[in-house]
Amino acid sequence: MSVSLAIVALVTAPLVAALIAVILPRWGPWLSLLVVAGNAAALVVLIPAIVSQGALTLPIGGWQAPLGITLRADGMALAFLTMAALVMAAVLVSARPEFGGGGEVTETRRQWAFWPLALLLWSALNVVFLSRDLFNLYVALELLTVSAVALVAIDGKADGLGAALRYLMFALLGSLAYLLGAALLYAQHGTLDIALLADQAIGGRAAVDMMAVGLMTAGLAAKTALFPFHAWLQPAHSGAPAPASAMLSALVPKASFAILIRIWFEALPGLATPPLLVTLGAMGAIAIVYGSVLALRQTRLKLMIAYSTVAQIGYLFLIFPLAGGDSYMQPWAAGAWTGVMFHALSHGLAKASMFLCAGLWIVAAGSDRIEAMRGLASATPMIASAFALAAVTLVGLPPSGGFTAKYLMLTSAFVSGQYVWAAVLLIGGLLSAAYLYRPLAVAFARDGDAVFKPVPRLAQAMPLMLALAAILLGLASQGPFALMQIGRPSSAEAGLQ
Amino acid sequence: MASSSIFGLCGALLIGMGLYGFITHPHLLRRLLAFNVIGSGIFLLFGATAARLPSAATDPVPQALIITGIVVALAATALGVGLVLAYARVTGRTTLPEDGAPTDPGKPPR
Repeated sequence: MSVSLAIVALVTAPLVAALIAVILPRWGPWLSLLVVAGNAAALVVLIPAIVSQGALTLPIGGWQAPLGITLRADGMALAFLTMAALVMAAVLVSARPEFGGGGEVTETRRQWAFWPLALLLWSALNVVFLSRDLFNLYVALELLTVSAVALVAIDGKADGLGAALRYLMFALLGSLAYLLGAALLYAQHGTLDIALLADQAIGGRAAVDMMAVGLMTAGLAAKTALFPFHAWLQPAHSGAPAPASAMLSALVPKASFAILIRIWFEALPGLATPPLLVTLGAMGAIAIVYGSVLALRQTRLKLMIAYSTVAQIGYLFLIFPLAGGDSYMQPWAAGAWTGVMFHALSHGLAKASMFLCAGLWIVAAGSDRIEAMRGLASATPMIASAFALAAVTLVGLPPSGGFTAKYLMLTSAFVSGQYVWAAVLLIGGLLSAAYLYRPLAVAFARDGDAVFKPVPRLAQAMPLMLALAAILLGLASQGPFALMQIGRPSSAEAGLQ
Repeated sequence: MASSSIFGLCGALLIGMGLYGFITHPHLLRRLLAFNVIGSGIFLLFGATAARLPSAATDPVPQALIITGIVVALAATALGVGLVLAYARVTGRTTLPEDGAPTDPGKPPR
């Protein structure tokens, strides 16, 4: 009982709070803290429950699958939910100085809009991770996109509005492609429930299924900002206010990626063919190299971090060739799947930390040029260590979560004899070390004649908390590793064929 | 030809026309309209699939999904129109900068 309540609370608490925050604007910051606490409590109830009982399924309102919508809390869902909860907690706490309104200050539109939008985004994210119905996932994805686009435009300036419109155009086409794919799947199978689809489509490779999944994959890739569809990402992620960028970069691409995994590994695992898997992997590989090289060339901190996201998203798509295609040997395909999940989680934590750091540094230095950060490390040691720890995770150095991820992916690449992907992983690691070294070297430089604005302690602690969580993911990788195995799709063990 | 086939083909036609409009018109409002044309095409196609088995009664589930989809599309369009208006008010432009359309004469670029 309390378990179903926890699942329901994860979805409804942020949604209800968002609606209240629209009506009662001043309550936004407090409501957010309440939701953070409620979400944490729900996760504390759920995680032990699924560790002891296995994945839990909740048919909403008691309506069973073909007609009703099923929510399912499995290991992957809970891992992502926990990551999202950590990121949202840090973001909502650090957004208080900027969007909290000082009490006596007259309220601006952006202060009013931020809290409902952030909470709506959170609610949509939780639905995406839990839902097992492809149409319900579409609605959640749209809610997510609409709130993300609005967050990009929240300042109402020309750059932000342009970036938001570009994002919206990509996202609209992406969601239409997904919707068309869902309609075709329904026409073929008469259901959009992932479990029922998996039962129906065993072994079959119908042309309609191929077309539907192709459309859905293209749509979701556009929303995830995979390489040829990445043009919207860097203006949107670098133009938004720092707390919004943290959510956009750390969480939003993970949602569409999670749906991709659900479709390819759970709903229709029989569809994959080696050329398809290699194509998706190649797009990921190009994203890694292209994003990293462009990140190296940026002189503005937030743009650099945004291009780094383009590159890091590329790693996610290596799951297709590594956990499928040639790697039929069971343990290694499973390793690749888990490795990519580790990558998604550690990237979420580290990238949110990095954007929050960047936001504070830009306030302190009064500019977002990397050169303006000279000597900032001695003025803001907590931010500097957070940024450094987040960089350790993104580069994939031990003992971070990023290292666990890269280690698992590399092992499976070598064992399955796919040396190309191993080379891509190593080159990507080197390039990210190169572009992340620059801001750190500048920040730690010892010519402290510049004067910086002070930054509140609490705001400094938030990115540090996230970066430490990303390191902890590697140090204590046993727990999350075991969690992710709960209710894992069998195709993630055997590999897509 | 069965009526469901006619509906399906019309839907496909709308999708194609909308996609053409979306790609060829840089004007943001036209793009939003094209988005709605594509959306209508998809909904029509989706509705046509409800009658895919001539023997059985019409499947009501697609109608429920279409109504939900229309609401979602409406919300996205409303946000889009709001953004286009705000963008036009701030910059005096109705196209995104890199899309190659000439900007309004007499207005400074941003």
